[in-house]
Amino acid sequence: MGTDKSFFDEMYDEAGQPHPPFTAYGEWLAQQEPAKLLKKAYEAEDLFRKTGITFAVYGQEEAEERLIPFDIVPRIIAAAEWARLSRGIEQRVRAMNAFLHDIYHRQEIVRAGRLPEHMVSTNSAFLDRMVGFTPPGGVYSHIVGVDLVRTGPNEFYALEDNARTPSGVSYMLENRETMMRMFPELFTQMKVREVSDYPKRLRRSLSACAPPACKGDPVVAVLTPGIYNSAYFEHAFLADQMGAELVEGHDLRIVNGRVAMRTTQGYQPIDVLYRRLDDDYLDPMSFLPDSALGVPGIMDIYLAGGITIANAPGAGIVDDKAIYSYVPDIVRFYTGEEPLLQNVPTWRCSEPDSLKYVLEHLAELVVKEVHGSGGYGMLVGPAASKRELADFAAKLKRAPAKYIAQPTLALSTVPILTKKGLAPRHVDLRPFVLVSPERIDITPGGLTRVALKKGSLVVNSSQGGGTKDSWVLGE
Amino acid sequence: MTTLGKTAGALFWMFRYLERSENLARLTEAGLRMSLTRGDTAVQEWRSVLTTVGLAQAYEETGLAYEPAQVVNFLLRGRNQGGSVLSMIERARDNARIARTAITREVWEATNECFITTRDTMARPLREADMPQALGMIRQHSALVRGALHGTMLRNDIYNFARLGTFVERADNTARIMDVKYYLLLPSLSHVGSTLDTNQWDMLLRSLSAQRSYRWLNPNETKAIDIARFLILDGRFPRSILFCALKISENLKWLGFDYNEEKPVHAQALKLAKDLESISVEQIFERGLHEFLQDFMASNAAIAWQIEKDYRFTE
Repeated sequence: MGTDKSFFDEMYDEAGQPHPPFTAYGEWLAQQEPAKLLKKAYEAEDLFRKTGITFAVYGQEEAEERLIPFDIVPRIIAAAEWARLSRGIEQRVRAMNAFLHDIYHRQEIVRAGRLPEHMVSTNSAFLDRMVGFTPPGGVYSHIVGVDLVRTGPNEFYALEDNARTPSGVSYMLENRETMMRMFPELFTQMKVREVSDYPKRLRRSLSACAPPACKGDPVVAVLTPGIYNSAYFEHAFLADQMGAELVEGHDLRIVNGRVAMRTTQGYQPIDVLYRRLDDDYLDPMSFLPDSALGVPGIMDIYLAGGITIANAPGAGIVDDKAIYSYVPDIVRFYTGEEPLLQNVPTWRCSEPDSLKYVLEHLAELVVKEVHGSGGYGMLVGPAASKRELADFAAKLKRAPAKYIAQPTLALSTVPILTKKGLAPRHVDLRPFVLVSPERIDITPGGLTRVALKKGSLVVNSSQGGGTKDSWVLGE
Repeated sequence: MTTLGKTAGALFWMFRYLERSENLARLTEAGLRMSLTRGDTAVQEWRSVLTTVGLAQAYEETGLAYEPAQVVNFLLRGRNQGGSVLSMIERARDNARIARTAITREVWEATNECFITTRDTMARPLREADMPQALGMIRQHSALVRGALHGTMLRNDIYNFARLGTFVERADNTARIMDVKYYLLLPSLSHVGSTLDTNQWDMLLRSLSAQRSYRWLNPNETKAIDIARFLILDGRFPRSILFCALKISENLKWLGFDYNEEKPVHAQALKLAKDLESISVEQIFERGLHEFLQDFMASNAAIAWQIEKDYRFTE
């Protein structure tokens, strides 16, 4: 396999030898017949199809249910590498929760002059209703999916924090199931750390945040927008694996000061609601009045201690890409430590000097919407045509505060299996983090997303990305 | 664990649609066979099949001929108000998606595969030569879902809702098929032993997968009154009206044990089953077979409605 020297390949060094975590896998791979491997790849796809692991792509007709392409070459992470990464993730997530508590209470970080006041007060993800309220157990972001990218042997960056409703964990779990079915011999040869207890840990973590009104064993439910939502498979999957109820807004109503679900035997209260629904849709009485997906009045019950909502309403403010640029300061402010995970240098286009720089260097930069997600509405400068650059420059000048810009990172590659053999493709990593009052629990590995198109840097599944199983090796 | 009203409803309807799709496939298969063996009455036969499933007028409006290829394609994959086998299986799968957390992975995967295979098979109009195979495939996949249900599901309320959907639908189906052909079974009109009747009776029995069982029990002679007795009152035949009514009552009884509470529907279903147990086929003919079947379908529908209400399928 030829490696492009301008990118760090995680599997092969420049001489074509596997890096240490890939040694055993490389030896195994060298003994496999390419035709048989390709056959395995088709088998894997068939398994996913049968299981119904699908994803809907917006804006495309007839695309109701698509498979996310799965690549059978695993991404392998050494034990020491992972230990270092998890310390960085834990520090970051801890700081995020402290930050959320602070901005909804005394706003010490603003008083200390470390964060401009308008970053909070004018932020659409900031919820006035949360001011002065502390969620059960003090946890704001119960489930976090920090997106990491790598640019060299020891260079990792946190790209996004996803503190609102990170998705993809079902793929992490199903990818592993599929790999174990396809290549059991690899798992007996290598010590790969388990991920399959994630649902159990999620349940335990959510239960640990039961609200004051909860009596006895907490009743946990997953709130989904319904079967036509792009991530419905994941919602059903998690509810099923956790032994939780899968509810929609119309299954719920307020009964005696509690949020209750309509069961075959009448209405029964829910203690913890893992909602896979944005804040805006959660409560038509508090937010978008015409949303039929949420529960009218749930915010009142929440603020009165009648239910736990995970993640907490208003936690999404840390997903804001302008806030992101302050995260290193946020980490320093709340932990008193230097950040272990680096942030990607970020230009805030709201600042005139930055805007000037961004406009001058547009062809080298990645520009993102401050409130965007899923790879929609972003510009990848080096991949854009002159026309696209000019159009985007005009958009930037019209509403500079809507955008931030970052250098185009030389994302690491991991090979994927193609019909012509292995070929390097760019990847990122989304580890899943569970936060409860007692601990921060990080599942070893996470979801590796891979840009399947040669040279592409966009890994989002909505933009044609695929996934890989991610292996963290045991000590 | 509790069961959401919506989930119970989705299970109930998932199995109603599965049962309905299987029945329609079987009816189509019987019609196809009839039109192959008896070309001269084929048009009538197709009309009565379409009447049974309530699509006679919809078909008339398409202007299509009563040719096997046209009718079969219409019944299996046509866009006829959700009345085709394909759209029923799709609805069954949608309901399975809603009830995903209540069913086992095996049941879900069998249902999902049933849908995927059916959709792929019916992506293009079927040629006559491919029809028997396609119909066989549908039968096989329904059996896989049923097998997964029996083999992997806990016998709790969830299972009982699934079974209730199956038997409510099946009872309705048997009564409907008989009602369209009830005149064939009337003693006054039937010409014992004529080939026409033998063929018609054969078609009727086939539409209910009953021909083998019936012959087993009546190896020598085929009589209209025996057929009627068998299809309505034989508690050993799994598609008979009595069998379904007893099952409905029994599944409700388990549900009552599970929830420690009886609902209005319990008395309703028990009464219907008891009435059927105590009536003879002669009494049914005295009352009028058509009237009897109509009354039964109404009572059955009322029970279905009461189940939905008692167990809060909707608000």
